[in-house]
Amino acid sequence: MTTMTIAKAINEGLRATLAANPKSLLMGEDIGPLGGVYRVTDGLIGEFGPDRVVDTPLAESGIIGTAIGLALRGYSPVCEIQFDGFVFPGFNQITTQLAKIHSRSNGNLSVPVVIRIPYGGGIGSIEHHSESPEALFAHTAGLRIISPSNPHDAYWMIQQAVECQDPVIVFEPKRRYWLKGDVDVENPGPSEDPFKAHVLREGTDATVVAYGPLVPVALAAANAAEEDGRSVEVIDLRSISPIDFDTVTASVQKTGRLIVAHEAPTFGGIGGEIAARISERAFHSLEAPVIRVGGFHMPYPVAKVEEDYLPDIDRILEALDRALSY
Amino acid sequence: MGTHLPSTEFDGTAVDDQREADAEAVMGEPAAQMVQLLGPDGKLGADPVFSDYADKLTPEHLRGLYADMAAIRRFDVEATALQRQGQLALWVPLTGQEAAQIGSGRASQPQDYIFPTYREHGVALTRNVDLAELLRQFRGVSNGGWNPRDTNFHLYTLVLAAQTLHAVGYAMGIQRDQKFAAAANGAGKQPDAAVIAYFGDGASSEGDVHESMVFASSYKAPVVFFCQNNHWAISVPTNVQTRVPLSNRAKGYGFPGIRVDGNDVIAVHAVTEWALEHARQGKGPVLIEAFTYRVGAHTTADDPTKYRQSAEEDAWRAKDPLARLEKYLRAEGLADDTFFAKVKADGDELAAYVRRTAHDIENPDIRQAFAKVYKEAHPLVAEELAWFEEYSAGFAGEEESAGHAAKAGH
Repeated sequence: MTTMTIAKAINEGLRATLAANPKSLLMGEDIGPLGGVYRVTDGLIGEFGPDRVVDTPLAESGIIGTAIGLALRGYSPVCEIQFDGFVFPGFNQITTQLAKIHSRSNGNLSVPVVIRIPYGGGIGSIEHHSESPEALFAHTAGLRIISPSNPHDAYWMIQQAVECQDPVIVFEPKRRYWLKGDVDVENPGPSEDPFKAHVLREGTDATVVAYGPLVPVALAAANAAEEDGRSVEVIDLRSISPIDFDTVTASVQKTGRLIVAHEAPTFGGIGGEIAARISERAFHSLEAPVIRVGGFHMPYPVAKVEEDYLPDIDRILEALDRALSY
Repeated sequence: MGTHLPSTEFDGTAVDDQREADAEAVMGEPAAQMVQLLGPDGKLGADPVFSDYADKLTPEHLRGLYADMAAIRRFDVEATALQRQGQLALWVPLTGQEAAQIGSGRASQPQDYIFPTYREHGVALTRNVDLAELLRQFRGVSNGGWNPRDTNFHLYTLVLAAQTLHAVGYAMGIQRDQKFAAAANGAGKQPDAAVIAYFGDGASSEGDVHESMVFASSYKAPVVFFCQNNHWAISVPTNVQTRVPLSNRAKGYGFPGIRVDGNDVIAVHAVTEWALEHARQGKGPVLIEAFTYRVGAHTTADDPTKYRQSAEEDAWRAKDPLARLEKYLRAEGLADDTFFAKVKADGDELAAYVRRTAHDIENPDIRQAFAKVYKEAHPLVAEELAWFEEYSAGFAGEEESAGHAAKAGH
């Protein structure tokens, strides 16, 4: 067991992947000598050279498009998109090409490309640096989307993403890059399946589902609620596509109440999808409507007001109050 | 028609041929020097670089190029007819572009990998794709129909220019394979390979073409960009896409750009062979602009009378790629009536095969679509398939109803 940050855990996961799989390579802007703007690839170019850690031209469609070509030739590219808000020049390649090649080739081709995207707000940054676009990708069949919330998961999930034969987008919670935690580099333990949700905290009165950067917030809210005598179960979704509905359903059948929290706007978001599916799967267990806690229907606001935009402990507790009032 | 050594110094804007200038004036474009070996009059000219490549073509090769062009033109007629008969949802004709496609495709080696757009039926022929299988996409029973692993001929890409980046990435993979082989003292070494990325004058405006050329140049990737300038992007003429010859754009990226007469199969073959060698030898990418013309409609849903004059089409028909090679073959005594009769009979046989096969294509089952969304098991797809099976089973007793039977997968 080693203690490290999420950023270091991804770095170590990538190092393990590059060492174990000679056909794997990293591509992105400034990922070479600089080690990426968040230093996630720090030191890797020195160990594996510029053919395996590739500083690319500044062009996101080019990064994804050439990664597809490398995958068609038998390589396993891991692309870094510098910030969430800059993935959109590559959106066409991701949704019309990467997601569909296996299907449109009748299964003859597969393109196991991994795309790493630091995402989310709370870092006081300028526009386009704090967004949560995961629902835009989750709507596209053919992609898998995961988001680690702690260093152990980060270490294993990046490696599992590369091993997966389908395209995987890894949304990395950038404001948690410096969150420290224990990592077992020998054994993934319960993190063996990256597409399975984890129950982080058991409870009986309500369930809070979160992923990525809001997992620590959900846990803190559950702790606060406990002081008021409320027993809250917290689920770390881990995988945004597919969603492990079995784990969420089982929890709701026990607690009868569900709150879904994410930074992305609630309208058309993952929370809505979970609410709809759970209303079908566990209608008779629900004591209250599923309540979503998320961003507002506005472009991500300027940094000086982002605290009013981002779901926090109080927003989750307010939702809990509403759920328990039914 | 003299040409310059293709190099990054190649300017390409000089007008050195009044005939070509006149032809281009119709299109409102500045003229560029153009590699041409076999003119519309059927006379073979000389070129300081490319004649050496043309000289390698034996009479048998030349007859083969003619036969290929005739076959794909006959196929094009048949596919258009099948669309008119309701057997295909849509067809994308290539007539007029046979030399550009057959010449470039025949210049490729088996180890090369080809990324087409959606009109490269002639290149498909040169890569031994079953042409009847190629119709599956246009009949609506598949999005591909052939396995690219068998032919190194990728699926058609309909989102314009997206494939140009795939081509560059694939070429970057070839570079890495070569390094693996070198590190293993040549063990597992394959013949040097290159990639061809096809696109058109319309797609040349897409940002992915720019990015692909930037990446290819940066990494010196073994890729040949083959732009068929057929002068019309559906209804929009080339001068809306570019004010300079497209081949000139290569200069901005730092690699050679060559305009070739796209209706001259000998020149197209020579230029493409040169470019592929250049790429395979590790000298980096090349842009070829094949100056040609889409004689027919963009697709069977298009109506060219709305946007261009028939006189323009007639002017290009006078430069027909088949007619000029036939003149040459006859004048040189390389082919006679018997040969041309055989080519025609072969074409009719191909058409009959395609017609027969197209009629016999069975509709797929949506379960096949469920099965290929992901390579690994996926719970949502499994759940939706299970629902669909249960739903379909509810119609089991109602086979008489055509609509329900279709839903049940019968």
